[in-house]
Amino acid sequence: MSRERRLASVFVELADTLVAGFDVIDFLHTLTERSVELLQADAAGLILVDPQGQLHVLASTTDEARLLELFELQNSEGPCLECFTAGQPVVNIDLAEVQARWPRFQAATTAAGYRSVHALPLRLRGQVIGAMNLFCRDRSSLSDDDIAVGQALADVATIGLLQERTVRHGEIVAEQLQGALNSRVLIEQAKGVLAERAGLGVDAAFAVLRTYARRNGRHLSEVAAAVIDGSLDLTTSPSNQQSR
Amino acid sequence: MAEAGDGLPEKLCRTCAVALSVSGVGLALMTSAGHGGTITATDGPASMMEDLQATLGEGPCLDASNDGQPVLQSDLAATGPARWPGFTAAALDAGLAAVFAFPLQVGAIRLGVLGLYRDTAGSLDRPQLAEALAFAEAATTILLSLQDKATPGEPLHPQLAEAVESRREIHQATGMISVQAGVGMTDALLRLRAHAFSSERSLIEVAKEVVDRRLRFTPEDDHHE
Repeated sequence: MSRERRLASVFVELADTLVAGFDVIDFLHTLTERSVELLQADAAGLILVDPQGQLHVLASTTDEARLLELFELQNSEGPCLECFTAGQPVVNIDLAEVQARWPRFQAATTAAGYRSVHALPLRLRGQVIGAMNLFCRDRSSLSDDDIAVGQALADVATIGLLQERTVRHGEIVAEQLQGALNSRVLIEQAKGVLAERAGLGVDAAFAVLRTYARRNGRHLSEVAAAVIDGSLDLTTSPSNQQSR
Repeated sequence: MAEAGDGLPEKLCRTCAVALSVSGVGLALMTSAGHGGTITATDGPASMMEDLQATLGEGPCLDASNDGQPVLQSDLAATGPARWPGFTAAALDAGLAAVFAFPLQVGAIRLGVLGLYRDTAGSLDRPQLAEALAFAEAATTILLSLQDKATPGEPLHPQLAEAVESRREIHQATGMISVQAGVGMTDALLRLRAHAFSSERSLIEVAKEVVDRRLRFTPEDDHHE
């Protein structure tokens, strides 16, 4: 199969995993494996930034590649990090020539038997979310066409990842919203219950609920639920008596 | 708080009403206790229809939220009375002939309903239905983006909090009645609703009387003062 046809089928494969039941780790493994195959590399590793800005090694074709990626992160040096920071490909790196640039990375990769490395950014418009490292046992040199192929794969992966993050973020916000709405209802009901039981106004009842929650380090909605189901009696609690 | 995004719910309802040639559009929150308050409604009958469904605890918007699918009532006079007797009578009185309600949901999480009210009978055709669904999706996105912009530490965005706050006395009264009558929250809300309906007043009005202790309910007794 020609590389163009193989590339087309890889795109279909990646697009296919973007539908129902999307698994990030699976998806990234597919990406690294196909990149190694299409760019004649020997191993690949991929780092991704989390929403807090921390970098993680998320996928690799071999355990050795994973260790080299972790090594980069720990030592804060290497092509993957430089590529991530600049948002630009860092390619055709001859490991014999980078002793001064990345001394520890150079030593570790050379010891593992590699001669050259490439790094491609995972980016969409201005946003860089990670980078992929390719490790080669020969002194390999990627042509402009090779780089375009590798970058196209990385771009597809980026779109998939950002889309997954958006969907997941939407679900989290929806859950928070639903939770906040329901706990509002619960708290108002608990005010009514306590007001009636203790012969207080609803505002005074709220003060009792809030004081109790703060003093005991509990969530207001939790206290409200306990008052409603009767497991917590605040009509005679010290916080009630103390609260003016 | 004139930040970007304010006014979007209002704009959405107005645009939706024009695009689909309906008499009114309402955007409401839904909670575990039913109607969670109206975020916004266009001028005309929509606001009253939202309040009505909140008071009665029945209507197309509540069904759409409970069932998780649109309720398309193209001829209210023909099929409405059997399904929602209280709502239909009042909606027909208000001059409405058709109601279309679209749940706002993310997966299984139900957040609210977009209600379309029209003074002429007849189904939405396919392009209209597609457009209405697109408006419902946009409304969901707006709710989420509002909530996403809530100040850290504040559980709800002010505009959403306001909608819920507008019904606070109903929940407070429900809590009080549950103690007075010795029943659970669901039954307490039903008692409150029955009283509002039989005295032809809004739920919120009756709830305020309970909170102000001008109205009490008693155990196992339908004759409340």
